[in-house]
Amino acid sequence: MTKPKRSLTFYILAAIFGLFVLFLYGPMTAVVLLSLQGPEGSLTFPMRGFSFYWLVSVFGEQRIGEFVTPFLRSFALGLLVMALSVAFSVMAGLAFRRHFTGSRFIFYLTITSLIVPSILVSLGIGIAFNILGLNVQWYSSALGGHLTWTLPFAFLIMLGVFNRFNPTYEEAARDLGASDTQSFWQIVLPLIAPSLIGVAMLSFTLSYDEFNRTALISGENNTLPLEIFGMTTNVTSPALYAVGTVTTIVSFVVIAIALTAYNFFMRRQP
Amino acid sequence: MTLGTSTPLSATGNASPVEPATASPGIALRSVTKMYSNAIAVENLTLDIPAGSYCCLLGPSGCGKTTTLRMLAGHEAVSSGEIWMGDRRVDALPPAKRDTAMVFQNYALFPHKSVRENVGFGLKMRGVAKRERAARVAEMLALVGLAEFGDRRPTQLSGGQQQRVALARALATRPQVLLLDEPLSALDESLRVKTRSELRKLQRQFGLTFVQVTHAQDEAFSLADFIVVMDHGRVDQVGTAAAVYHQPASVFVADFVGDNNIFAGQVLSCEPVGDRERVQLAVEGVGSLVATGAGGIVGHQAACCVRADQMQLAVGDRPPHAPNQLSARITAIEFTGYVTRVLLRLPNNSQELLYKARTEDWLATGYQEGQLLNLSWSPDACIFLPH
Repeated sequence: MTKPKRSLTFYILAAIFGLFVLFLYGPMTAVVLLSLQGPEGSLTFPMRGFSFYWLVSVFGEQRIGEFVTPFLRSFALGLLVMALSVAFSVMAGLAFRRHFTGSRFIFYLTITSLIVPSILVSLGIGIAFNILGLNVQWYSSALGGHLTWTLPFAFLIMLGVFNRFNPTYEEAARDLGASDTQSFWQIVLPLIAPSLIGVAMLSFTLSYDEFNRTALISGENNTLPLEIFGMTTNVTSPALYAVGTVTTIVSFVVIAIALTAYNFFMRRQP
Repeated sequence: MTLGTSTPLSATGNASPVEPATASPGIALRSVTKMYSNAIAVENLTLDIPAGSYCCLLGPSGCGKTTTLRMLAGHEAVSSGEIWMGDRRVDALPPAKRDTAMVFQNYALFPHKSVRENVGFGLKMRGVAKRERAARVAEMLALVGLAEFGDRRPTQLSGGQQQRVALARALATRPQVLLLDEPLSALDESLRVKTRSELRKLQRQFGLTFVQVTHAQDEAFSLADFIVVMDHGRVDQVGTAAAVYHQPASVFVADFVGDNNIFAGQVLSCEPVGDRERVQLAVEGVGSLVATGAGGIVGHQAACCVRADQMQLAVGDRPPHAPNQLSARITAIEFTGYVTRVLLRLPNNSQELLYKARTEDWLATGYQEGQLLNLSWSPDACIFLPH
């Protein structure tokens, strides 16, 4: 066996891809490095000393506010958004398998939500809550704001998933005496489970780092992106970078969990 | 692998796992019509399928055979008409209430469940207790020769094995009617022939009513007690394999069951001979042909056919008084083994004809491509086709 000779195109494209990866991970690498400075570190290179001082400090009280509670808040919000997005997108996907009256209109209405500028959605929800005399909270108004962002995406994915889903499996289940409910839990759900992991991951990450749709409607308690943004204006220590490092680690852990779950479900089918 | 032979089950054995509780019911379709928004899939279909028979719905794709099967199964609602199984009207019942089970074309085995779970699924849905379920699944798997494969996933099995799992899954709930949608089409040729005879054996053994959809003539001929030939949502002919083969009822059937030479022409005369008619047709490019059949109307357009193997080769000059004869030029000679197929073309019009002879006999004639053949056939071998 001889190695096939690679064309010039391969090297050009490889170089472009290399640049892309550098662009993607370069800033993150800088952030991670700067967060590992000694206690006397500053916001710019060169690094001054090496320690985990700033990483540890993330978990403590900051000069203004702290990170742990907003992180937990964002995490909880992300999980909430994830669960609701998965549940509703599956139901919507099931509904759209049958062509009901007005399905096209609802489809376009849903997609429109992706086009409206995020900050306007936030503003609109804020005004609506104001008119109704409700308090804006991260778990009510901000949750709604996030869902206007994650649900259309989740819905689109589920449309694709059910498009590829072979209805003969359900017919076979029905033929063997399964009710619609049994057919859903026994056949449909296990078969679409790997795709649901994807939907869940996407919904969680979209919510976890959402800024615009939270900005005006999170109430008196900040989510993590709002907290970090607030601190960029008045925190001048590498603690800011340390937050970046810690959240990146959290993201990788979440991705690892998701991939494991995906593999678990995929091993159980072709 | 033997299907059925390894287990001492018979139609009379009371230990049989798939022995129906009562005798398998006959099926009756009464004026069944299936309409989609813009097309008629099945039109006014009336058909009786006797209990315990093997029935094949035969026809090209789009003829309505699969729709008919799916209406029997309950996966498709009838637009009008009635379906009876025994003395029960079933056309409004869900699939599981019909005592039918379906074997799907690509088996539709649940990929995320093991073979055992697949076979036991129907029992589980019916609330059969775990222990009884396990016993029945084991019996079923033994029946189809897959006793050791219970823990596998369907994708880890070969096509033939998957087919057996599908069969075991369908039989596990002890249906009285088994509905098979092209069950052999996904198998390769040799496996198809083998599985075919196993299906037949299984059907005989348990005395079930089998209704099978197929587009393959040989499959229908070898399996079915009787064949329903369908075309454009209508039944063209119902009969045994021999009847369909020897006495096609229409031009479509004659064409579909293959190897018929069909001649269209105008009816010149009809005279009764016994309980049948001798019909004389004027066929353009051939002349006058005498056919046997019924339903000829003088002056109407009709057709007649003769099977490719029913024609006689006249060596030398035409026989002087043969009523049906023609000359045609050889365009190709195909050796297929025992039989040689000779493709012919009429010299004066472009109709293609087929002549089949035992290879031995054909070689003895010494004919070559491009030569003119004189063929003749008797009026009895010439079937009149009124439409």
